[in-house]
Amino acid sequence: MLLIPCPWCGPRDEAEYTYGGQAHVPYPQDPASLPDEEWGRYLFHRANPKGPHAERWCHTAGCRRWFNAVRDTATNQLLAVYRAGEPRLAGGEANGRDLFA
Amino acid sequence: MADTETSVSARSPLAGHAARFAAATRRSGGAVRLAELPYLAQIDVRLDPKGPAADAVGLALGFPLPTQPNTVVHGGGSSALWLGPDEWLVVGRPGTRAELEGRLREAVGDEPAAVVDISAQRTALLVAGPRSRDLLSHGCALDLHPRSFGAGRCAQTLLARAQVVLAVRDELKPGFWVLVRSSFAGYLGDWLLDAATEYTGAV
Ligand SMILES: [Zn+2]
Repeated sequence: MLLIPCPWCGPRDEAEYTYGGQAHVPYPQDPASLPDEEWGRYLFHRANPKGPHAERWCHTAGCRRWFNAVRDTATNQLLAVYRAGEPRLAGGEANGRDLFA
Repeated sequence: MADTETSVSARSPLAGHAARFAAATRRSGGAVRLAELPYLAQIDVRLDPKGPAADAVGLALGFPLPTQPNTVVHGGGSSALWLGPDEWLVVGRPGTRAELEGRLREAVGDEPAAVVDISAQRTALLVAGPRSRDLLSHGCALDLHPRSFGAGRCAQTLLARAQVVLAVRDELKPGFWVLVRSSFAGYLGDWLLDAATEYTGAV
């Protein structure tokens, strides 16, 4: 089981969380005028990297906040977590916090 | 005309467990204490922690709302549990919910805030005694040792896969409040009695 550090609550079992897919996917500026192909791209196309991946998680059974995490998809290691609205992290930095303090 | 007023009496979610909780407590010889704390007043408060409503609620309660995640502040007959960066659960004695909700509503006034009576959503269990921590640890992944979960701490987490709010009781002796949704209370009560068998002897 993964130990995921909620930016509010600290490390908790994976079972307390819900996965929310890739983070930082911008909502189209003007959806009504978007061609179908680009709308489909917004809806369905996601990065599938081997390595650091910025993604959304919700601490469903805890504080119920959405936040972002950078997870290495090859090792399952959590590289960074940051609160919703905070700038995107590349991973490798702990955002000034010890992830598992 | 149908008489609808006199025949309704309140029945708490764990009323049917009271005798078994008492028997388990007795048999454990002081190791664990199990009991329901029914009908606590529970008010959900959502507001901007840096706004004027937070100060007003602090004044109305007699203590400031905790801003440190997963902490609880007790005082003046009520407690405020941190549930999120803009959300608290204010818990008061049975019978005070209308007064407490009114007092907090009045305090926030026209500020952007939500004050909602959710007393019926959850019931509370008292899990106390020197083995209470071991008992909860049978189904809870949190480190409940006082050095990481001591006085003033609370947490929303899973206990035996049921969502609960845990809070350390405001006393020197070990003990916890376990707030659980009414519809999960029977299941959790059964689970606690089962998990406590090792301290209470076979039923
Ligand atoms: Zn959390």
